[in-house]
Amino acid sequence: MNRRTLLASAAALALPALLPGARARAQTPATPVPAGETLKVGFIYVGPVGDGGWSYQHDLGRKAIEAEYGDRVETTFIESVPEGADAERALTQLALAGNTLIFATSFGFMDAVINTARKFPNVKFEHATGYKRADNVATYDARFYEGRAVIGTIAGRMTKSNKIGYIGSFPIPEVIQGINSSFIHARKVNPGVEMKVVWAYSWFDPAKEADAAAALIAEGVDVILQHTDSTAPLAKAQEAGVIGFGQASDMANFKPTPRVSSIIDNWAPYYIRRVGQILDGTWTSHGVWLGIGDGEVEIGEITEAVPAEVKAEAEALKAQIASKAYHPFTGPLKKQDGSDWLAEGAVATDEELSSMNFFVEGIAAQIPS
Amino acid sequence: MILDVTTLLLLISAATPILFAALGEVIVERAGVLNLGVEGLMIVGALAGFAAAHATGSTALGFAVAAVAGAGLAMIFAVLTQMLLTNQVATGLALTLFGLGLTAMFGKPYEGIKAPPVPAGPLGVNAMIWLGLALVPLIWLGLNRTRAGLILRGVGENHDAAHALGYKVRAVRIAAIAAGGALAGMGGAYISIAIVLQWTEGMTAGAGWIALAIVVFAGWNPWGALAGAWLFGGVTVLQLRLQAAGVAVPVQLLSMAPYLATILVLVLISARQTYARGGGGTAPGSLGRPFHALR
Repeated sequence: MNRRTLLASAAALALPALLPGARARAQTPATPVPAGETLKVGFIYVGPVGDGGWSYQHDLGRKAIEAEYGDRVETTFIESVPEGADAERALTQLALAGNTLIFATSFGFMDAVINTARKFPNVKFEHATGYKRADNVATYDARFYEGRAVIGTIAGRMTKSNKIGYIGSFPIPEVIQGINSSFIHARKVNPGVEMKVVWAYSWFDPAKEADAAAALIAEGVDVILQHTDSTAPLAKAQEAGVIGFGQASDMANFKPTPRVSSIIDNWAPYYIRRVGQILDGTWTSHGVWLGIGDGEVEIGEITEAVPAEVKAEAEALKAQIASKAYHPFTGPLKKQDGSDWLAEGAVATDEELSSMNFFVEGIAAQIPS
Repeated sequence: MILDVTTLLLLISAATPILFAALGEVIVERAGVLNLGVEGLMIVGALAGFAAAHATGSTALGFAVAAVAGAGLAMIFAVLTQMLLTNQVATGLALTLFGLGLTAMFGKPYEGIKAPPVPAGPLGVNAMIWLGLALVPLIWLGLNRTRAGLILRGVGENHDAAHALGYKVRAVRIAAIAAGGALAGMGGAYISIAIVLQWTEGMTAGAGWIALAIVVFAGWNPWGALAGAWLFGGVTVLQLRLQAAGVAVPVQLLSMAPYLATILVLVLISARQTYARGGGGTAPGSLGRPFHALR
């Protein structure tokens, strides 16, 4: 594509959005991609591909698409895209470059996706962990809290100081679910356990994540959970002789300790399925939330640093969650302020989870308001 | 229990990269050169130092290579601003962007690799912290109590006068830029080797800019740079420790505290400089001005 055709197609794409009545055309019937024609798929990542965590896993999903469909697809990605106005520029750039399916892989890209999707009705967007949808914007998310229940159990058994540390990124429902789920399950196996929470206010800032881990360790914490994307907290844990867990990716470099297990986001099956639907013309917008049972959330190998009975207990819990026999948020549960939340045997609804803005009873830390 | 020895060590450690970079920039600015490329020099030092430490298993060698890399990159700045008389502000900014891009490209193979352990020095504190602390009085003495320091300051205060007296303004400034680059490189390497213990793209995350602010804050004095670095490092570490201890202070306030403190002190310092007469804290007279011998 030379510059002139690029500009022409840009104008052609942008024009319908400006014309009144153009909205009706947004709902063009999906047509299969003819054989011999290449489907272009774009990705934007919030961190560098080499973060070894969140963005790295999304990039594995991208590579899985290429492996699955070979010459029929062509993928591109833009890494380290800041959440905010710049995301819209990156998305527009991908749309103008002829990508007809674009994956935006961080919560903070949400408004940028919606705005860009309005300008490019013929481009399909997939937004990870968001909740705003349109005819050409689907959302997909993983039930990370299921994995948190399993590693929370290990954390509760492994702590000797009875202090577990949690490095949070931003106080949003996804992160709060994780803190609650790991705390509930740590307490279940160890009633004396306490949870210390530090907010880094970043998804990816290695120096700050390392300092946050150091601050938690200084506070007597001997098991660190993280909801940030770099391996810096694990490196710090190793130095101090405490343990932690791989986050988003296996972080296998830190086996067998400090990384005693991990929560792995396996996006590949979903990505392959959705690209396949574009290729055969059956793609429609939706919002899905997949978990351990669907293979989207995986628990990485539990290393020999964990006693066999603890490992068995964690794996049993994982099996129960996978078969939907057990929900990590099952009553009786109270909110932090002591008020009732879930009655005996009741489980949290997805709506309650996706707007979760409170800690459960027993956590001393406060959610920044 | 918050203000204990552990916190103090965390504070000093967090302050060390900024201290190195700020000390380097004090030397550069005292020679009358404004190098805004500190962030770029630090990130290049962070990668070069990490790569060398990883390849050789020696962190000492890592810091040495970081110093050489920092000085080497600073030479680009020196050639451009001192030989070709380019604008120092623009060249410095370009140096930062260049350093960030360069390391993003060459850093790929080093992602996800662990650094070799830093050997503990006297009192369980690593040697780089001690070196940083030792450099403060050494640089102060060098600047204020030696003939070389006097020449350097003379060049910075009034380069025409220094030139008329027969001093080689350009040579002095190039040497100062090299020294500043070496120190900034070592500061960057401290982040990758001693704090984060690995290489990640963009990992200096603005430390170079804070070092630049601290130089002004310090009144171009090494002791002031130490105070500034400790204040900034202290507030950063303290806010994380307060959070970890569960103290009920709004987290947003804690997160902005280091930056707020920096702005506040800058305002106080500049107010003092405006109202006090002839204090030692004012900027070098020729700071940022290009020098051409034929003029």
